[in-house]
Amino acid sequence: MRGLPLAAWVYVCGVAALAAYVIATAPYGDLDWRALAVLAVLFLVCDSAPAQLNVARARVSLGFAAALAGVVLLGPYGAALLGAVAIVTGQRFFAPVKRLFNGAQFALSGYASGVVFDLLGGHRFEAGRQEWVEHVIGPFLGALITFVLVNLTLMTGILLLAKQETARTLLRESGQLAFGCLGYGMFGLLIAGLWPGIQAFAAVLVLLPLFIARWALEQAHAQQQAHAATLAALCQAVETKDYYTRGHSERVSRGSVMIAQEIGMRADRVEAIRMAGMLHDVGKLGVPTKVLRKDGPMTEEEFAAIQLHPMRGLEIVREIGFLDEALAGIMHHHEKMNGRGYPMGLAGEEIPEFARVISVADAFDAMTSTRSYRAARSVEAAVTELRRSAGDHFDPVIVEAFLRALERDGWEPPQPPVLPDDDVAQTTRQDHDDPTEPIRIARDGAAR
Amino acid sequence: MTVRTAARERQRWQTVDSGYLLLVALAGLGVLVAVTQVAVVGVAQPDVALVFGVLIALGELFRMVMPGNREVAPVASAGALGYALLVGVGPERSGQAASLDVVPAVHSTFQVVAITAAGMIVGSLPHVLVGRTPRLDAMARRLITVAVVATCFRPLLALDPKWPVLIVLMGLVVVGSCFTDVLIAALIRAEAVRARLGIAIRDEIGAKMALCAATSATAMLIAVATTVMGPAALLVFTVPILVSQFAFRRYAGIRATYLQTVRALSRVTEVGGYVETGHSRRVSRLSVAMGRELGMSEEELLELEYAALMHDIGQLSLGDPIPGGATVLASPAEQRRIAELGAEVIRQTGVLDRVAHIVRQSSHPYRTGHAAAAGAGSAVAPPLPPPLASRIIKVANAYDDLVGDSADRDRGAAVLERLRLDSAAEYDPAVVEALGRVVDRRPRL
Repeated sequence: MRGLPLAAWVYVCGVAALAAYVIATAPYGDLDWRALAVLAVLFLVCDSAPAQLNVARARVSLGFAAALAGVVLLGPYGAALLGAVAIVTGQRFFAPVKRLFNGAQFALSGYASGVVFDLLGGHRFEAGRQEWVEHVIGPFLGALITFVLVNLTLMTGILLLAKQETARTLLRESGQLAFGCLGYGMFGLLIAGLWPGIQAFAAVLVLLPLFIARWALEQAHAQQQAHAATLAALCQAVETKDYYTRGHSERVSRGSVMIAQEIGMRADRVEAIRMAGMLHDVGKLGVPTKVLRKDGPMTEEEFAAIQLHPMRGLEIVREIGFLDEALAGIMHHHEKMNGRGYPMGLAGEEIPEFARVISVADAFDAMTSTRSYRAARSVEAAVTELRRSAGDHFDPVIVEAFLRALERDGWEPPQPPVLPDDDVAQTTRQDHDDPTEPIRIARDGAAR
Repeated sequence: MTVRTAARERQRWQTVDSGYLLLVALAGLGVLVAVTQVAVVGVAQPDVALVFGVLIALGELFRMVMPGNREVAPVASAGALGYALLVGVGPERSGQAASLDVVPAVHSTFQVVAITAAGMIVGSLPHVLVGRTPRLDAMARRLITVAVVATCFRPLLALDPKWPVLIVLMGLVVVGSCFTDVLIAALIRAEAVRARLGIAIRDEIGAKMALCAATSATAMLIAVATTVMGPAALLVFTVPILVSQFAFRRYAGIRATYLQTVRALSRVTEVGGYVETGHSRRVSRLSVAMGRELGMSEEELLELEYAALMHDIGQLSLGDPIPGGATVLASPAEQRRIAELGAEVIRQTGVLDRVAHIVRQSSHPYRTGHAAAAGAGSAVAPPLPPPLASRIIKVANAYDDLVGDSADRDRGAAVLERLRLDSAAEYDPAVVEALGRVVDRRPRL
């Protein structure tokens, strides 16, 4: 935090001063100090173990539930005091200025939300009375939305001023963040509702399933990582047959994801295309080694064996349930827009979107990689080639999307492979992915 | 044609295990008694019963399958347990001074069982309509658990306890319910997959404890909330268990996908022509059956399955396939090299180190260097034999290499005899015997 801009300092001081003013001028006459103490402990416990969301750095803590319970049970000033407890929270923020800001913004959020709750008439109903839920749910929702809004706005302010984030990424991530906060905040109502009967035990009952759910989600996350790692390792094993194509699957996967994100695919489809890119050439294993290593023109049978590899790949991965659309991508990644590809000879829009995406990434990586028969082409040359073949071979929309993504994210072409000296290294002589040098067939005509 | 169909049907009926039958019969009898009793006496507080019945039905509609093919319905279970634990049905209106200021819930244990059963049946109807056969044992298990809780808890309400005592009682009862559930599930499972009961219980605890705790906590929450605030609270207070269910469903989904992926990719060696079609799959099935026979826990079995599926993956690094793909016929040095290469591939994942270890050791003979150790005297500790999983894979691989997918029992017996002759030096005799028992049972598998 040393390099904090002046504007950010002013902002932090302003927020802290405002929070301090609210807390200092509050009337604490009829505040339930015991409830406050219990909730504060709860808040700290929850806040020290925040949940990881899909968004990489953003975390939401169950502390939101405690804070919202405080809004209902303690009123605006109590909620402000409860929020200020965040200053001592020890998990995420170590710099004092961050702690100060965090406490201040929680206090202001609590105060604002408490005021809204009162204005909407939520305080007129005592928790645990007849039809309490029905009466309080409206004001509570208002308070909850206020809390999350104030919280996110203040946070956005500091991140923008400290120039840690751009407005665009914040906007993209804030949707999910707001959803998580709202969800966790809802549980505050449950805690508050049961408070008169069984007090803090209500919190235990409400939060236990949530902590367990979070544990399960973490397990799921770990499994997902393991799954991805296993998939990558197995694909690599398939590639070990050929020194020149090592890492090809992973790069195609990366390129496909770049395109998918650029054309605005949903997150789950992006995940599917990541897998599809990884697995697209797995069927190449079914092509006899002597065909892959053949130097010189191929017979038609040999070329047919190569043309079969997408089908072979499909055969292997068909049973992986979640792939669905990815299967079509694997099967058709060698179709061309003009209908002269294989294995089915689909044209234009008939080719599944996944296949059109993978085919661009596939060809691009093949061109920018070193092959036994030529050196790697430059990224510029490959781009020119993609542009030239757009419409005929590739989908122009996808190519444009890829070029945009390329401009933004860049591309790290693979290093030329280091072949071992012992002469047992296996290399392919021709690359079926390379659009600039199509496989030569002994008899003319059938190749193109 | 008809004769054959009839025979198959009879066989299917005959394969039902006795414990399964007993459990379903017990649950059916219980439901019958409960429904009759309720029909005679009438439904107490029908509005509350209806709300809980609907919740249970919805929960059954969204039941899910956890890893290990365990069917659970957390929402339905939480709802039913909550109904069993229900003390009151909302705040007292008329001002009669009851101990907790609430209208007492007066439904009987029988009514709890009847309502739960009704909810379960209604919730199962859509499943049946789309052609999914309901798993009667899982439903019976859930019903009996609820019945046990209701039988233990509802009589205690006559004592008119205060909140703290009530909470403690509820806690004790739901913990008991978790153990009932685990015990019944383990009994059924031990019989279905031929695992030992002790191991099955441990597996069940490992697989279900977290979900059980979440369900129990929500059940108590529902009971307390409905008691204090009336049935309207029920919907709001079901949310925690919905979150749990979402999380566990996701976990179960990813686990299943993981296994599917490894199973599918284990076939690359077949497509590449390195091994016979179906080899990896058969070896893994055989290995898991043997591992169970030898008392391995579920966690170990999963690792065993992964290792068995990928035991030949090292062949991908060979230039050309071994003739016929049978590693058992290759030289020991070559076998070891394939295992090393395969282990290296698996180790690359960074998460399957133990599986890599199993694969690496799966080429080692059972008595590695025992003779040498004996010669050098007792000063040198004898080297450890490979882990059990490796020994199992070695035997299963040899058996499948020599038998293939042939169903000829004589051939199988001959191969088994050959493995027996080699046991003690090459193969672990206990593992070979386990193979014998598994192969004997094969038609049932």
